[in-house]
This record gives sequence, C-alpha cells and structure tokens, in this order.
Amino acid sequence: MSYLLTATCAVPAAGAVVTAALPAGNSEARRRTTKAVALAVSAATLALTAVVAARFEPGGPRYQLTESHSWIRSFGISFSLGVDGIGAVLVLLTAVLVPLVMLASWHDSDPAPAPEGSFEAKRRTQGFFALILAVEAMVLVSFLATDVFVFYVFFEAMLIPMYFLIGGFGDRAGGPDAGKQRSYAAVKFLLYNLLGGLVMLAAVIGLYVVAADQDLATFDLPTLTNAIADGKLAIDPTAEKALFLGFFFAFAVKAPLWPLHTWLPNAMGESTAGTAVLITAVVDKVGTFAMLRYCLGLFPDASKTFAPAILVLSLIGIVYGALVAIGQKDIKRLVAYASISHFGFIIMGIFALTSQGQTGATLYMVNHGISTAAWMLVAGFLISRRGSRLIADYGGVQKVAPVLAGTFLIGGLATLSLPGMAPFVSEFLVLVGTFSRYPAIGIAATFGIVLAALYALLLYQRTMTGPVKPRMEGMPDLKVRELAVVAPLVALTLLLGVYPKPLTDMVNPAVDATLSQVHQTDPAPAHPVAATTGGEHE
Amino acid sequence: MNPVNYLYLSALLFTIGASGVLIRRNAIVLFMCVELMLNASNLALVTFSRMHGNLDGQIIAFFTMVVAAAEVVVGLAIIVSIFRTRHTASVDDSNLMKL
Amino acid sequence: MNSLIPLLVAVPLAGAALLLLGGRALDRFGHWLGTLAAAGSFGIGLVLFAEMLGRPTDQRPVREFLYSWIPVNGFQADVAFQLDQLSMTFVLLITGVGTLIHVYSTGYMAHDERRRRFFGYLNLFLAAMLLLVLADNYLLLYVGWEGVGLASYLLIGFWQHKPSAATAAKKAFIVNRVGDLGLSIAIMLMFVEFGSFAFGPVFGAADDASEGKLTAIGLMLLLAACGKSAQVPLQSWLGDAMEGPTPVSALIHAATMVTAGVYLITRSSAIFDLAPDAQTAVVAVGTVTLLFGAIVGCAKDDIKKALAGSTMSQIGYMVLAAGLGPIGYVFAIMHLVTHGFFKAGLFLGAGSVMHGMNDEVNMRHYGGLRKYMPVTFATFGLGYLAIIGFPGLSGFFSKDKIIEAAFSKGGTEGWILGLCALVGAAVTAFYMTRVMMMTFFGEKRWQPDPETGEEPHPHESPKVMTLPMVVLAVGSVFAGALFTYGDAFLKWLEPVTGFEEGHPPIPAAAVTVLTTVCMLAGVGLAYTMYGRTRVPVTPPVGSALTRAARRDLLQDDFNHAVLVRPGSALAATLVWFDSRGLDGFVNGLAATIGGVSGRLRRVQTGFVRTYALSMFGGTLVLVATTLLMRSV
Repeated sequence: MSYLLTATCAVPAAGAVVTAALPAGNSEARRRTTKAVALAVSAATLALTAVVAARFEPGGPRYQLTESHSWIRSFGISFSLGVDGIGAVLVLLTAVLVPLVMLASWHDSDPAPAPEGSFEAKRRTQGFFALILAVEAMVLVSFLATDVFVFYVFFEAMLIPMYFLIGGFGDRAGGPDAGKQRSYAAVKFLLYNLLGGLVMLAAVIGLYVVAADQDLATFDLPTLTNAIADGKLAIDPTAEKALFLGFFFAFAVKAPLWPLHTWLPNAMGESTAGTAVLITAVVDKVGTFAMLRYCLGLFPDASKTFAPAILVLSLIGIVYGALVAIGQKDIKRLVAYASISHFGFIIMGIFALTSQGQTGATLYMVNHGISTAAWMLVAGFLISRRGSRLIADYGGVQKVAPVLAGTFLIGGLATLSLPGMAPFVSEFLVLVGTFSRYPAIGIAATFGIVLAALYALLLYQRTMTGPVKPRMEGMPDLKVRELAVVAPLVALTLLLGVYPKPLTDMVNPAVDATLSQVHQTDPAPAHPVAATTGGEHE
Repeated sequence: MNPVNYLYLSALLFTIGASGVLIRRNAIVLFMCVELMLNASNLALVTFSRMHGNLDGQIIAFFTMVVAAAEVVVGLAIIVSIFRTRHTASVDDSNLMKL
Repeated sequence: MNSLIPLLVAVPLAGAALLLLGGRALDRFGHWLGTLAAAGSFGIGLVLFAEMLGRPTDQRPVREFLYSWIPVNGFQADVAFQLDQLSMTFVLLITGVGTLIHVYSTGYMAHDERRRRFFGYLNLFLAAMLLLVLADNYLLLYVGWEGVGLASYLLIGFWQHKPSAATAAKKAFIVNRVGDLGLSIAIMLMFVEFGSFAFGPVFGAADDASEGKLTAIGLMLLLAACGKSAQVPLQSWLGDAMEGPTPVSALIHAATMVTAGVYLITRSSAIFDLAPDAQTAVVAVGTVTLLFGAIVGCAKDDIKKALAGSTMSQIGYMVLAAGLGPIGYVFAIMHLVTHGFFKAGLFLGAGSVMHGMNDEVNMRHYGGLRKYMPVTFATFGLGYLAIIGFPGLSGFFSKDKIIEAAFSKGGTEGWILGLCALVGAAVTAFYMTRVMMMTFFGEKRWQPDPETGEEPHPHESPKVMTLPMVVLAVGSVFAGALFTYGDAFLKWLEPVTGFEEGHPPIPAAAVTVLTTVCMLAGVGLAYTMYGRTRVPVTPPVGSALTRAARRDLLQDDFNHAVLVRPGSALAATLVWFDSRGLDGFVNGLAATIGGVSGRLRRVQTGFVRTYALSMFGGTLVLVATTLLMRSV
C-alpha cells in the first residue's frame, strides 16, 4: 500500500498548520516569509499530484493507488483513498489553481488600515494563506476519498475555512457597508451549504441503515456500488429516490444548480478575486464531481428517474444565468452568474447519461476552472487598480493597459467557448451528448452560446473599449507577478483546446465505468458509418 | 398495612415540595422543598419495590440519594456564592438570564 | 508531399502568434513579417496547386491526418485536412488576394501606432479562413468558422477607442454567433444520424438518411451560411462592419469571411442535393438578399457602405447559384473568385480615395477625383466595369452564367428567379455607376475637415498601395475570360461539385443579350441622375423607399424592436426576480424564523419558578397523555 495519496492531502494540511503557526507580525518581511512558505507548500502539492497523474494508468482498474486505513471500525468506516480518471483531472486542476490563486492574491491579505496590534493586523496574512491551504487539503480529500463517510466529513469541513475566507477578506472595492455585505455573504454561504450538508447527512445515515439491514455495514464506496450493480444490495425504489434526493440536494447547492444558486453571486462578489476563484473553480467542482461519483454510482435507478427533471433545471440555469449576467452592473457578480450558466452545462452533461455528455462535463469542470480563473483574476487585477467593481466606472482600458485588456478578452473568449480554446471542446461534447438523448433540450441549450457571447463581449466593450474614463489615465498594465498568474492559465486554455486527448484518455474509462453502473449505453446513430478514428480512411 | 397508603403519602409529600418550589422565594427553603420531592419519590420507589417484589426500586432509591447529596453540595455552593455577591437569598432577584 | 498542407495554416498562424506576442521589438518590421507570412502561405499554395495539376483528376483530392483531436467513444473528431479542387480554389483566392491586401495595408496603416497588431490580426484571419476551407470534417471547419468570426471581431473593432467601432465589432460577432448556432446544431444532427461529421463518411451515407433529417441539416447549414455570408435575415452586421480599417473590409468582402457561407453550401452539396426543400430555402434567401443588398446599395452615401450593399447582393447571387444544385455550384464558385478580384480592387480603391481625402467617406463630398487620382480611377473603373458585367470582363462571364442557371431552374420558379437576377443586374449597374459618378466625375464638392478646418488635398496613394490595386484590376479584367476559355474552371471543379448542363427556357444567347440590356439601362439611368445633373451636397429627403434603404431597409430597427429591447427587458426582469424573488423568498424565510424566535424568547423570563412551573406543567401533560393513551 502506497501512501502517495495520503501524502498529497497531508502536505497542504500540514502546510496550513505551519503557515498558521508562523510568527505573527505586520512587518513586510514576516508577511513575505508567510507567503513564500505557503506558495512552496502548494508547489510541493502540485508536484505530488503530478506524480499521481503520472502513475495513473488510464487503462488500469477504476480506482488506483488505493489505500485504506481503519478509522471507526464498528461502523465500517475507514479512511480510504483512491483515484480514478475523473478524480485525477480534478486533483490536477486544484493543484494547478491554488498556487496561481495565491500568487494572484499576493497583496490581498496585507493588512488594511486596522487598529495597530489587533488580531486583524497581526495574523491576517498567516490566516489567509493557511485557510487557502486548508481548503486545498479538504478538496483533495474529497476528490480522492472512496469512503462515503470520509467524503461527507471533508465535504462539510470545507465550509469552515471557506466561511472565514469569504467573511474575513474582501476586495476593498465595496461601498461603505462592505463589511456588512461581506458577513451577509459569508453567512448566506454557510447556511445554504450547511442545510445541504444536513440533508445529505440524513441520507448518508439512511444509506448505512439500508445497507446494514442487508448485512453490508460499510461506507466503502466501491463495495457499495458493486453490490448495487450486482443486485446484492437492493434498495427499495422509494427509499432510493429519497436517498438520491438527499445526496443530490447537497451537491446541487454546492454546484450550484438553479434555483439554489443565490449564495454564489454574493460570495463571489464580496470576497477577494482569489477566493472567488477558489469557490467557483475548485470548491463548487466537488459538488458536480460528487453527482457523477455518488449520485449515479449509488442510486442508478433514481438517477435515471430524475434525470429529465434535472436536465430541465440545468437548462433553466444555463439560460437564466446568462440572462441575469447580461443585466449585471458589477463585474464580479457578472462572472458569478456566468459561472451559474456554466454549471448548468456541467450538470446537464452529467445527467444526459451519455459518454459524450459525461466526458464533456468532466472536461468542462477542468476547463471552466481554468478559463474562469483567468477571467476572474484579471478582473480582480483591474478592480484592484481602480477600487471599484462597477462596470460603469470603467472604459477605454485597452488604451492605457493593453496587455490587461488583451488577457481579459482572452478570458472572455474562453468563457464564451470560442473554438480552439478548451471550453469549446467540453461545451460541444456536453451539447452533443445531451442532444443525442434529448434533442429538444440540446437545441435549447445551444442558445446559451449566443447569450454567452453577449455577456462576455458586452463586459469587454463596456470596460475596455471606448474613450478613456476619468481616473483611468495612467493605470498601470499587468505586472510581472500578474503576468505569471495569467500566462499559464491562457497557455492551458489554448493547449487543452487544441489537444485535449491526454485528458479524454484519462476520463473516458472512468465515464464508461460510471455509465455501466447506471446501465446506460450511448444512443446508436440512425445510419452509422464506419468509425473514423485516427485517419483510418486515409 | 396496605402499601398503597405509602404511595398516597409520597404523592402528598411530593405535592407539598412542588408547591414550595413554586411559591417560596428563599433559595434555602426552595432547596429543602426540592429535597422533599426527591425523598417523596424515594418513598414511592421503595414502595414499588415492595409491591412488585424485586429490588430495582430500592437500587434506584440509592442512586437518588447519591445524586441528591451531590446536588446539595453543588446547589448550596451556588447559593452561597450568589449570597456573597448579591447579598440576598431570594431567587427572584437572580434573573440575569433574562435577555 | 502532403506534409505541406498543414503549413498553409501554420505559417500565417505562426505569423499571428509572433506579431501578437512579440512585443514592441517587432514594431519596426512587423508589418513586413506579416506580409511575408501571407506570401509564404500563397507560395505553398502555388506549389500544392502545381502538384495537384500534375496528378490525374481522380487522384487530385488528398487528405492529411494530423492527430486525433477529441476522441470520446463514438464521437471521433480529428484534426485532419482535405485538399481538393474546391479547397484549392479557395486557398489560392484567400492567400493571393490576402497577400495583396497585406501589401496594401503596409501603406494604408503606415501611420497607425498599433500597426504590428493589425498585421497579427490579418494573419490570424488568413489562418482561420484557411483552416475553414481545408478542414476535412465539420467540427474542425467550425473552429475555422469561429476563428474567422474572432478575427473579424478584432479587426472591425480595431479602432476600439471609437465606441461605434466597438459596437460594430460586437454586433458582427453576436450575429455570427446566431449563425454558428445553426452550424453546431447541424453537426449534432449529423452525429446523431451518421455517428460522424467528417465530410467523406457523411456524404457517403447521406443516401440512407430520411429526407426530413437532411432537410433539417440543410436548413441549419443555411442558417450558418446566412450569418457568415451576411444573407437575410442575418445581414445586419455587414454594413456596420465598415467601422474597421478599409483593408479589413476588402479582406472580409473579397477573400474571406463572407465567402465562407457559399463554401459551406457548396461543400455540403451531397446533403443539399438530396434535400430539395432546403435548396428552395437557399435559393429564396439568395434571391431576397441579392435584391435587398442592391436596394440598400443604391441609397447609401457612404462609399464603403454602398460597396457593402453590393457585396451582400453579389453574395446573394452566389448563394442563389449554390441553391440551384449541380447546375449552379461551379458558377457560384466562379463568381466568388471573380468577385474576389473586383471587390477587393474596389475596396482598396475606396480606401485609396479615403486616404487622399482625409478619411472622408461621404460620396457627396467627393467629385471630380479622376484627375487627382489617375491610378485609383483606372483600377476602380476596371473593377466597376467588371462588377456590372460589362461584356468581356470577368463579372460578365460569371454573372451571366448564374442568371442563365436561374432561368434553367425551370417552370414559374425559374422565370421568377431569372427575372429577379436580371433586375438585380440592372440595379447593380445603377448603384455602381452612381458610386463612380459621385466619386470620380462631376464637380468638386470637397468639404473642409469639420475639426481642423483643413481643406482636402487629394493625391494619389503611394506605390505600395496602388500596386495591389493594379494587380487586382488585371484579375478583374481577365479572370472571367480565362476561366471560361475551354470551360477550364468547369472541368477543374466538376469532380468535386458535380455539374449538370442547364436548359434555360430561352436561348442562352438571349439571356446574355437581356443581361447586357438591363445593365446598360441601369448605367443609363444612373448617368442621367448623377452624371448629367448636379449632385447636392446635402442628401435630398427622398422617397419612403430611399429613406428606408438608407436605414438598411429598417433591419436594425426591426432587430432592435423584436430582439434587443425585449431581450434587455427580460434580462432586467430576471435580475429583479433573482434579487427580489428568489433571494427575497430566502431572506423572507430567514426574517420569519428570526421573528418567531424573537417572540419565543420572551418566554424566558429569568425567574427560576417560571421554569419550574413549566417543568411541572410539562410533566403533568406527559403523564396525563400517557395515562390517556393507556386507557384508550
């Protein structure tokens, strides 16, 4: 048994503790030490996940590098980890984004004018970076856990550091009541997700009771899903539906799915750009990931029953999110609503129950993470320069800061899924996958791509083009640190758009396994032609 | 003698104790009333034990006595400390819990 | 030597990447680098062309597989290129005309501080368009398709500091996106129907599919073509696209972008041939647009917008021809190529005029320029003769064939189409003569610059600008004759698109005579109105039709009333609903819970006896309930 996965999760966790314990103080030197330590820890985590990805064999068994440590034996709970193709790409996404988020938020935690000697002034930086590392550790465990209970614990525990990140660190661009708005956002985030978590807890216990009744007193995911697939564990249909809804509700809040989304714009709008990226690009992905792994694997029949209803909700989310984004006055809230629209696509791909849809949804999670991070972080750089989140305060930025404007445009183009960029691949797969089973919903969802072009380009037009607005002259262009954040994201967006095969090779087997758990096969074409793989008819 | 009579006596004592708790203000008296209630229930327990011919009731009565003794220790300590700070033994004066 | 094909795309793409990422170090010679990339691509195209000519007809198409792009079970998208005669024609047109426009731009954009970026975008434009015509499957074509949209967005909005340019760029992209919707739905339909979206397999299996499915695919492809080729109802972006620098207009209108729709329809001939209803729709769109564009072209005073209307109309001819099936495909493409020459020449000429006239675009402020700009006048004049179909010039041959094919459609339909095409020819002659008269003839109506008060001093443009115009003028004169000599173009393209001899109800010679008569009538009318009479500096009020045509036949007003206003109202309503409705519900719930808790809090009086009483009461209730339940 290798300890690689445990190590991958333990490094950021230990890093969080170390960072939090670093000597306090408001001097520039102390802050810089803190930041360097945290960044080094996240880089080490990235290196470990790279090893995980390299050791992962796409053709091998579903869960690899598995390890299991006994935890609460009487309830059949063990700390088991394992990685499948879907988990692997999301782990990579997390590990790539966290160092970039740290680099982007380099100065966001520098003390605001706070009373000298207060906790605020003394331990802010340590707190901020420790919280980010804590979130990373918990997200990694959630992606790697193969035990339902372990997953639940970390899925919920993530809320604690996130709550403090949202409530404690703002972007300093809000109005006079920014503090009030921020704590409102933090509490709203917490309450929504806690409610979802509680419902899920009930369902987790319910699942255990049902399984224990049939002499399967365990939380081990592979055991449970195999037993369900073999028919050894037969859950009464009504109970299955209830349990499915319990799990799904928690994930739908986290994802977020319309109409459970309203916490997201507040949370993303009030927190720092880095935190906003953590929320939408990393933490929320646990929700959609869990739908794919837990909802479908544990409750295949209920998933099929509810799939049409969920597809309709996600379709509403796509169109609704895009339309509301068009009407936003606040840059960060606009990005948040755009994300809601994108999460609609992800959930749609998952519940279309086709291999194109689910591979597309998985790629979508990765690509949305990368492209939204680029878009949001550049928006954050812009906001930090002018000290306002209002679109109306900007204009003509491309004249004074062309590189900033250019990267912002690239982020926007990625968000609207321009072909050649990564999001296009995933969005088209989701659309094709949905269309092949539910043509009407597939066609309706394509309208989302027109709306996406509208909000992305309107935002660019209003902020970047036209005459230079007052208080914009002399606005500095992107600094080296900021370029170092954006450049890898842009490069990844292009690379994964042109050559996504490494990812699809990883994801495909896991998706096939998921679909076979649900007993679904892709609809066959009406008049199939010979497969056209790799230049066969050359 | 009919054991049911003991139950009547126990009920009477319990009622007296309960009314005392509800009516009196002095903390010490209140305390004694609580003791009265506890002992009333002890009497009932012992009686039941006798009526049903097993020892469960008596055992529980012992537990009650131990708990009552512990309660006296903690309770009197609280009362004394309240008396020291507020110079009164009336329970109506200690209503800081109200918001 | 198939490995040259990817280079066609790679060279301009590398040029674009270099120019956009290179930084200021490349400012001094960046424009020549971009031109070199375009010319390099053209050179590769010529080599491939020579090779292709050297092979027997049935071995001319080649396919080049690069790598597997998106493999997901049944869904197999490859990056693979296909170079056949149709693609070859486009490659040469795109790179050839594109290179000339690059050369021209080195002069036109000489004083723009962001010139390097401009050439980067131009290279990107070429790369995207080449990818579009070289792709061997619809999904890769889609990449080029939207790449063209992106490049046009960047170029139309090149002068972003002007709000009108930024708006026009966004509008072009969005309207194109609506068309893209059609392309993506068509690809999805193909995937569901055939399990593939590569040209070869889909066209091979098209026979098996039901006509309904094919019609649906065809209509969706038509929607896509409408967006890119500015056909009714998605034509509104083309006029506004004139906000971009003039070489961009030349590029969009002649070599790239708007020709993409015609390419798509011709490429998908196997589908359209089996879906007559979709073909009818294509023909209808083409016919309506050719008249629409022509009418708009008559009313515009802005020289570039008049030419834009003309493009719309000429592309309408091509779409019409493409919709006619095998009798028209070849002529659609032939007209596309000849149009590429003369329209590029006309736009570059217009740019040259603007260059000499302080960027003035209003033709009412021109007049008598032929003496001051002789080369521009001569090249523009030859382009003019070509577009109106003056006998012997290139437009004559290609347009005449299309009108003939329209008559050959047969029945009432054929007559209607033929007559519409004839009317279109007359109107084309009218508005182009109008442009010619107002610009180069008549008295000077020059106006001082409204800001600086500077009088215009028209002068001929530098050699680097006039040279491409001359080359294009030569092409406009001879291309048509060259193509029809021995049916060379027909024989070249027939293996790809197929060909059927059309049988017009009236003799072909009569069609030619009719076309020429219509053309002369149009010229004559315009000469009377704008050559013989004075042109007022301020436009007359005009008839209702003129006023509508000046506003692009109210297309923007329509879009605004039907789409934009309800759309933004909907967005505003949803924003309100989100914060007041959904969030209001949640906040209301929270407030209710808070209120109830506030009430309940009062029960806690702080008196020990109250608590004791509630305890006793509770016990009493419990005991009573238990007893009651027992007794029942």
